[in-house]
Amino acid sequence: MNSLMYNIKQGFTQIFRNRGMSLASIFSIVAMLFILGIFFSIMVNLNLFTEVVKQDYDQVEVYLEDQVTDEQCRNIIENIKSHEGVESVSYRSKEEALQIMKERWGKSGYLLNSLGENPLPASLLISVKSIDQASAVSEYAGTLEGVEDIQYYRDTVEKLTSVTDFLQIGALVVMAFLIVVSVVVVSNTIKLTVFARAREIRIMKYVGATNWFIRGPFMAEGIIIGSLAAVVATGLMTLLYGRVSASIGSQVLAIASCPLISTGYMAVNMLIIFLALGVSIGAWGSIISMRKFLDV
Amino acid sequence: MIRFEHVTKTYRTNIGLDDVSVDIEKGDFVFLVGPSGAGKSTFIKLILKEIDADKGNIFVNGKDVTKMSNREIPELRRKVGTVFQDFRLLPKKTVFENVAFAMEVLHKSKRQIRKQVPQVLSLVGITDKAHKYPDELSAGEQQRVAIARAIINNPMVLIADEPTGNLDPKTADEIMDLLEQINLRGTTIVMVTHAKDIVDRMKKRVIAIDKGRIVRDREGIYNIREEAGADE
Repeated sequence: MNSLMYNIKQGFTQIFRNRGMSLASIFSIVAMLFILGIFFSIMVNLNLFTEVVKQDYDQVEVYLEDQVTDEQCRNIIENIKSHEGVESVSYRSKEEALQIMKERWGKSGYLLNSLGENPLPASLLISVKSIDQASAVSEYAGTLEGVEDIQYYRDTVEKLTSVTDFLQIGALVVMAFLIVVSVVVVSNTIKLTVFARAREIRIMKYVGATNWFIRGPFMAEGIIIGSLAAVVATGLMTLLYGRVSASIGSQVLAIASCPLISTGYMAVNMLIIFLALGVSIGAWGSIISMRKFLDV
Repeated sequence: MIRFEHVTKTYRTNIGLDDVSVDIEKGDFVFLVGPSGAGKSTFIKLILKEIDADKGNIFVNGKDVTKMSNREIPELRRKVGTVFQDFRLLPKKTVFENVAFAMEVLHKSKRQIRKQVPQVLSLVGITDKAHKYPDELSAGEQQRVAIARAIINNPMVLIADEPTGNLDPKTADEIMDLLEQINLRGTTIVMVTHAKDIVDRMKKRVIAIDKGRIVRDREGIYNIREEAGADE
């Protein structure tokens, strides 16, 4: 405990003595974490979006001809239910379909009141156990009598998944690159303090200090720099995210029918991630910068 | 205390030590003499495991240094105090802090430090300079601080690398008296030196090294070659 306090105190002293460079490296890590945060927020929202889309479109919609009788309808339902891979089938009447459309149109829903006759067909919503079976189910449903049209979004969903997968890999590569850059930046800053104290380190080695004892204050320096940067970056990101989600939030998202992850949730998670990153970047950077000097 | 068994160390172009075997007993006071580049520094660096031997074994306090892992080096150096020609004090720390530093490194408590540092400072005779900075001291006083730092953790061996090299004859004699006093308390001392008059006066064991080999090892005076009276 005593030596922990000693290290932290030494770490702060070194940062202060070397404040120009410390500030510079805090700024570079903030910039790095900020870019990383942008990627991160896009990524998680994209993920959420694909999940929502997958859930929404994980079904086959079968439109029925208007003259189909209840008897026929029940037959169709039975037939589809018995098909492999079908989880459930639910019936949506013409009236329900119109009601849903009215809701979706919101304030403009009253426009639909002027329709003389309900133009929407009754439909069956088929949930499949996995999206891979959707194609077989829809093909089968097409052969049944009384079915007017079939709609399912397998291709769309697949395309969306492959695009988001690609974006995620790209984002990970960029993040890894940014992390490496920050480690180099931190290690260079700390190298300055190490240079300034090379003599002291040498003497410490001669009187039998362990490497961890010597590293301690430098580790603390790196970790403090990293943590400060993490806090600043979280603040900036939260501000930016709040602004952006507030401005696109209401309008765009209603149409896409997909929610954004809330700012509070993002802030907490970003702080945790940034702190973890900042601390490890600082620790790692200090270890790298000291390697040569400890070899006496 | 220190035993070299057929130790060889070669650098890229020249020989450091060539098949050296030597035994230094506990409580000995040994001078290590020889021309520059003869292998004296190599000898000392090997004891401190600053460098590793190519061949042979080196025992310090019964432990084979050549078989030690890097993790064990701090433990070794706590048993071996070191004093250098250039003192190697920290300029921004006071005398007290410079000596206390060697105890802090070993996680000694504040209470222990406050008790032991004044004792050692009084032993080396600079109690009144405790709160001065190194640049306010004379060379002799600085070397006393360095010696205090080297012995504060009670090492078994004290290695002194030309401790009088930067001192005038009178101060050098005082430092030698101090080292002898420390030796009388049971600390083994290995001192590298070029100071012929000091070696001659002290009448201790003299190990002469030349071109990486021990050319002479006997009690008495400073002469590197075997012929009596043939000085360097």
